[in-house]
Amino acid sequence: MLAELSSSLIDPRAVEAAVAHPGAGAILTFLGVTRDSFGSKQVLRLEYEAWPEMARAELLRIGAELEERWPGARVAFVHRVGVVAVGEASVAIAVSAPHRDEAYQASRFAIDQLKRRVPIWKKEWYTDGSSWKANAGEAVENG
Amino acid sequence: MAADDRVERAEGDVEVRILLFAGLRERRGVSEEQLRVPSGTTARQLYERLFPAGPEGRLPVLFAVDQQWVDGEAPLADGQEVAFIPPLGGG
Repeated sequence: MLAELSSSLIDPRAVEAAVAHPGAGAILTFLGVTRDSFGSKQVLRLEYEAWPEMARAELLRIGAELEERWPGARVAFVHRVGVVAVGEASVAIAVSAPHRDEAYQASRFAIDQLKRRVPIWKKEWYTDGSSWKANAGEAVENG
Repeated sequence: MAADDRVERAEGDVEVRILLFAGLRERRGVSEEQLRVPSGTTARQLYERLFPAGPEGRLPVLFAVDQQWVDGEAPLADGQEVAFIPPLGGG
């Protein structure tokens, strides 16, 4: 299973290729893309930090749960670390499944679990400072 | 380092390695450090000692000991690795 942290641009086709197989009737790719604003603040760039060993281990656990829950499904993850420019994909998740319904469900499961469980942190840089942003949507600390 | 090599250790202390990330790493200025703590100290107590609550309270964290998620209430053992996990922002 592909579960990777990358400091360079994500190639979604390569992530899809990791889940392609003859039994797949659908491949669905989710891209999380960095937004240019937080409320009224302009976001200049983002920076992701990971605990690499635990992030990979947790992604693999999510993948194993997904494959158990949707038999025949496969998943691949690539998440950026380091500086990510606005408009770039910070995460790509490709899911293949025998049928599209399972692919849609499994894709949603994968991104929801990633946000909840994988030890990765995001810092937003504004014109007037920066802030670590928690997935609940609120600032956790100013810097 | 073998246990025998450790010196100047008070009776009843345990030595642990802590891992810090994101805002916690910035606050202490290091991503990891080796600390000696009194025997019986839990991960949660260590976190509260290292990061005193500010006016807005204390950042809620999760704990991992030797790369296993834990509730932070068990006494730390000598040689363990403790990670304080601030609110996640992946995705």
